[in-house]
Amino acid sequence: MTALTAGFADPVLDAQATFRAVLEAMSRPGRVQRAGAGLRPPGPLNAAAAAVLLSLADADTPLWLDAGAEAEAWLRFHCGAPVVAAAGAAAFVLATRAAPALASLAQGSEEEPQQGATLVLQVAGLEEGAGWRLTGPGIAHEHRLRVAGAPPGFVAAWAANRAAFPCGVDVVLCAGEHLAALPRTVAIAEG
Amino acid sequence: MYVAVKGGERAISAAHAWLEETRRGDPAVPELSVAQIEQQMPLAVDRVMAEGSCHDRFLAALAIKQAKGDLIEAAFLLRAYRTTLPRFGASEPLDTARMRLRRRISATYKDLPGGQVLGPTFDYTHRLLDFALAAEGEPRASAPEGSAPVGEAPRVTELLTREGLMQREQAGDAEPGDLTRQPLSFPAARDARLQNLARGDEGFLLALGYSTQRGYGNAHPFVGEIRLGHVTVEFTPPELGFPVELGEIGITECQMVNQFKGSRTEPAQFTRGYGLVFGHGERRAMAMALVDRALRAQELGEDITAPAQDAEFVLYHSDNIEATGFVEHLKLPHYVDFQSELENLRTIRRAAEAALPEAAE
Amino acid sequence: MSTMEGYNFAYLDEATKRMIRRAILKAVAIPGHQIPFGAREMPLPYGWGTGGIQVTASILGPQDTLKVIDQGSDDTTNAISIRRFFRRVAGVATTEHTAEASIIQTRHRIPERPLREDQIIVYQVPQPEPLFRLEPRRAETKRLHALADYGLMHVRLYEDIARLGHIAKAYDYPVMVNGRYLMSPSPIPAFDNPKMDRMPALQLFGAGREKRIYAIPPYTEVRSLDFEDHPFRPIRAPHACALCRSTDTYLDEVITDDAGGRIFVCSDTDFCAERQAAAAPKEAAE
Repeated sequence: MTALTAGFADPVLDAQATFRAVLEAMSRPGRVQRAGAGLRPPGPLNAAAAAVLLSLADADTPLWLDAGAEAEAWLRFHCGAPVVAAAGAAAFVLATRAAPALASLAQGSEEEPQQGATLVLQVAGLEEGAGWRLTGPGIAHEHRLRVAGAPPGFVAAWAANRAAFPCGVDVVLCAGEHLAALPRTVAIAEG
Repeated sequence: MYVAVKGGERAISAAHAWLEETRRGDPAVPELSVAQIEQQMPLAVDRVMAEGSCHDRFLAALAIKQAKGDLIEAAFLLRAYRTTLPRFGASEPLDTARMRLRRRISATYKDLPGGQVLGPTFDYTHRLLDFALAAEGEPRASAPEGSAPVGEAPRVTELLTREGLMQREQAGDAEPGDLTRQPLSFPAARDARLQNLARGDEGFLLALGYSTQRGYGNAHPFVGEIRLGHVTVEFTPPELGFPVELGEIGITECQMVNQFKGSRTEPAQFTRGYGLVFGHGERRAMAMALVDRALRAQELGEDITAPAQDAEFVLYHSDNIEATGFVEHLKLPHYVDFQSELENLRTIRRAAEAALPEAAE
Repeated sequence: MSTMEGYNFAYLDEATKRMIRRAILKAVAIPGHQIPFGAREMPLPYGWGTGGIQVTASILGPQDTLKVIDQGSDDTTNAISIRRFFRRVAGVATTEHTAEASIIQTRHRIPERPLREDQIIVYQVPQPEPLFRLEPRRAETKRLHALADYGLMHVRLYEDIARLGHIAKAYDYPVMVNGRYLMSPSPIPAFDNPKMDRMPALQLFGAGREKRIYAIPPYTEVRSLDFEDHPFRPIRAPHACALCRSTDTYLDEVITDDAGGRIFVCSDTDFCAERQAAAAPKEAAE
């Protein structure tokens, strides 16, 4: 096996900067943030998704992923997150290929909706100002977000996810060194 | 013209300097060393370790010195330090049957294997102030050497369990929960309850335990056994896969034997109330065992009628670091809220006066 | 990077920060819902802002500028103490000016100057459960939140109206967040409640002793509970500030002698000072 590439150059401050990018993304759905600059994770893991997991996943968060052995070894080494076989048992779900159905992931309960999973979904591209029309908390009027390579049927699945509020899944979309988030409160209309 | 108050930063610095001066007291009196506190106030050290949730005699003694002898403040200092330490994992369960005993008594049997060992106790002392202690420098007579207890000293509850008269505890392989990482939630399992009580305020536990003896809760306790001594702590590093000894700690264990009338699914038998604390803390261990048993009311199908049986009430109010912080926070400025209460009250009074013009005249 | 020997940047270890960060993200995704978290003992007492401090420590970075207020003022002793703590453990820039801050930690007030999108306000919360005076059992209130059953609170407010003619809650006035969760705004005066509604800044709430974190995303509806015939009304002392003459800010009452003498001054000391500074050249010119 080849040597693992490095994680964050500065584990404390890079984790903080990445977290702030995710926090900003989750607070303002559809606004695109930068994360993971300089990271060289093994493929198919992209830099933004790698940064999100490095900053948030650890031994306390079961992880499911479809990114192959090399990416799994890299994440195990740098995060120490236990990898689980069932996507429904994971706190973080990393999807780099065909994403598992939203409804198959942990939803939380009416009393503990925070147990709903976070899906880190790699896509081909993210662009503000066109595409989906997003409304909801965090958005003054409307945000536009174009997502290249979203899973087929995602918008309909999302509507069902949103209807289950407060239960549900939150999504962080990652493309290259960019990310945007879809908290379970956001409404998506195709543009 | 009015100028808003300033200078808080200087006031804080000056107050802390003054605090330090009063901590030291009269400089003509020799300074206490941490070693003196550790050696000569061992029970204060033990209490701070228990409530500070950190077994380190030196640090507990240092905290007592820094806190001017305020034991809750000292426990707080120790907790705030503890929380910054890295966590390596959980030790193997302590085996108290293999304790190196200093004291071991049972109230339920006259004699038993391993014998009754009185040990270093205040019991049977006459509480007369010893003015000889005021004349410092007196060499004191050392305690006579007795013969060490011979053979095994099995736990009393184990003897009853073998006879089928004591309810068997469910052993589990799962790592117990940890309240320092996962907040309490309800219903709280026994591991969480015991951890909470082991760190709880001694006065609170004592009062609650006492209340169960006075009819608030249906307790019929016997002290099956109290044992005090040292046990080995073992840890299994994942990379080794077998346990290694980390050292010894001093602990006190109390097992109370309680009546249980039985239920539809269980025969009449004795049930256990359990107390285990760091250091020599007999009062704390006994009170903990009483409260533990009271908190088992729900799982044993008993009526919940008394404060000591109310898990939310007991577990949310046992922690003296939380309690002292919140009670004492009332001395922080609250004038913004008070101002809105003032305006509120004035509005209500004006409305009442307007409604009753004749009364105002 | 560390600014105090033996401690991590911003005091908390990285595992604790991750745990708190995960709680914050879920809090933002479920506006107004209380997320339990493994609050740590802090070197300041419970009840003195440990929840706010843990939230601030988890979001803070070297590029931030921090403002800490208590009762609206930067110079109250606990605000000074917390600001000192962060200077010591994180070495961040601090400010007393609302406009210059990227993070504002507060106890009991929202600044008068409207907050912007590039700011985060962190509230210290003593009691996150809005129903606690009506139902002290958290196992039960958790169930009530799950059912969105807030009848107890409506009854309590209606009893005030029946007895006193209006709702007598002057601070910690309960709000509905995004039409779903009843939430404690922390003990800010009811006067400040309207500022929470559709605020451009992210609002985070930390309760250390009670071990709960919750949040309001930007531009989220926050409605103070009321009744159609008894609408919510914010309370302030009906005076002008003796220093800056403002008539629409929240005022502190200051007793000036023991013969009933009193004046009213802005509780937000930074806002008041800016207004005085802005007025000064004009007056000098007159």
